[in-house]
Amino acid sequence: MKNPVMTASGTFGYGVEFADFVNLEDIGGVIVKGTTLLPREGNDYPRMVETASGMLNCVGLQNKGVDYFCEHIYPEIKDIRTNMIVNVSGSSPEDYAECAARVNELANIPAIELNISCPNVKQGGMAFGVTTEGAAAVVKAVREVYKKPLIVKLSPNVTSIADIALAVQDAGADAVSLINTLMGMVIDIEKRKPVLSIATGGMSGPAVKPVAVRCVWQVAKAVDIPVVGLGGIMTAHDAIEFLLAGASAIEIGTANFIDPAVTVKVANGINEWLDQHGCKSVSEIVGQLNA
Amino acid sequence: MKKYVKDLTVKTVEYPHELYVLLKLTDTEPLPESFPGQFVEVKVEGSPQTFLRRPISINYVDRENNELWLLIKKVGEGTHQLAQLKVGDTLNLVFPLGNGFSPVRKQGEKVLLVGGGVGVAPLLDYGKYLKEHGAQPVFLLGARSKSDLLEQNLFKAVAPVYVTTEDGSEGEKGFVTQHTLLNKEKFDRISVCGPKPMMVSVARYAKATNTPCEVSLENMMACGLGACLCCVEKTVKGNVCVCKDGPVFDINDLTWEV
Repeated sequence: MKNPVMTASGTFGYGVEFADFVNLEDIGGVIVKGTTLLPREGNDYPRMVETASGMLNCVGLQNKGVDYFCEHIYPEIKDIRTNMIVNVSGSSPEDYAECAARVNELANIPAIELNISCPNVKQGGMAFGVTTEGAAAVVKAVREVYKKPLIVKLSPNVTSIADIALAVQDAGADAVSLINTLMGMVIDIEKRKPVLSIATGGMSGPAVKPVAVRCVWQVAKAVDIPVVGLGGIMTAHDAIEFLLAGASAIEIGTANFIDPAVTVKVANGINEWLDQHGCKSVSEIVGQLNA
Repeated sequence: MKKYVKDLTVKTVEYPHELYVLLKLTDTEPLPESFPGQFVEVKVEGSPQTFLRRPISINYVDRENNELWLLIKKVGEGTHQLAQLKVGDTLNLVFPLGNGFSPVRKQGEKVLLVGGGVGVAPLLDYGKYLKEHGAQPVFLLGARSKSDLLEQNLFKAVAPVYVTTEDGSEGEKGFVTQHTLLNKEKFDRISVCGPKPMMVSVARYAKATNTPCEVSLENMMACGLGACLCCVEKTVKGNVCVCKDGPVFDINDLTWEV
């Protein structure tokens, strides 16, 4: 990786949507929109509501399915010279595995991020990510068919995220990324109705950052595999908190909506901070917390 | 069309109505190319409750004076904050976004532009474009009352303007679809921007008279770039992003009951 900054799935499209604002090759990695075996229409509108220092969404994994991705989107992105990583989701261990197997055939996709933590779908998604058994079952099924680096994205909506991280490490994950969104709810008091079409949604943005930093810190202490940190990162300062907490790389999500050029600014800001503190590389500060 | 993130400077601030502010923005270099019906995403500073950018339609582009106009209705905290801007302040924009209204389809075509409320804003830019490119635009603008009609002189300078008000204080009394103009004249096509009930009733009129019709939607948005998939509208092709695939849609592509 040329730098530790990647984009979070579902916030950066397939990268090309942001090509007017940033040179995609200046980003460490792009994690493209969640992909499932079959096409999904997603949830009804309204899917988004703003909240103090953040937002909730219940998009529900709208995508055209892995075959469409392989035939139509992959040719458009395969020559972008950065790590183009596919986020894979599903509703059973079998269809996670089938989807991953198809992506395994794509030469220029160096890794996948397995989403066992989407709070916005009825079947699958977070259901697998909230128990050690469920998480391990999906990772095992995918590990059998997927031969390249496997990152597993974890949900914060659990009692012990470190236990889930250990379970996916034991099942064969090469890295974990965290956190996915926090489940939340907003109510329209005049209508006495939830604002979002499925009542609840996943909360993201700077409001969730302290929760995310805490999760990264707990998981990094527990596992031996690399940790990718995300959740509310808006600035290089925020990113460095995650690195110190134990993340080897970070993802930027919601901030892309506020500043479509934020990724490169954060990458440059991390380098400036390292220079100012006499550090030669990111690895010198990963997990270097005085706690 | 290439998109930009830019800090523009507030050149003038006007208050045409107690609920509206008109910001005329400029830049030291020529403003980027845009098409009528496209919109901008504005960053709101100084409002802790306003996290996301606010999508605002382009009201008018004055190339001669290098000005981009935003006619903003004060709805929530974000737009109220925008109304506090002063001459010389900077405003950060991501623009131009979305697809605009249809380009001229044939010389001399008669295009009815129907607007209501703040929805009149993009029609000014579109009307001027149509006139300059050999079409014949006609405006039909609706409001609650005479005092709610905005930019009337500017519209009149571009093309004929017909008005309805709900209280009858200006033009014909009633809603836009009740205007007698619609019984007298036949149009080649219609473009509409306004409250959804108004757009639905104009779409009904268009269907009944077999007139092509496009509407500009304003679903709640986050990114404005087609990345987050939050602002979707159900269409005959499934859920599509209003920000990227719209905001202007042919009514035949929507699943509205008209």
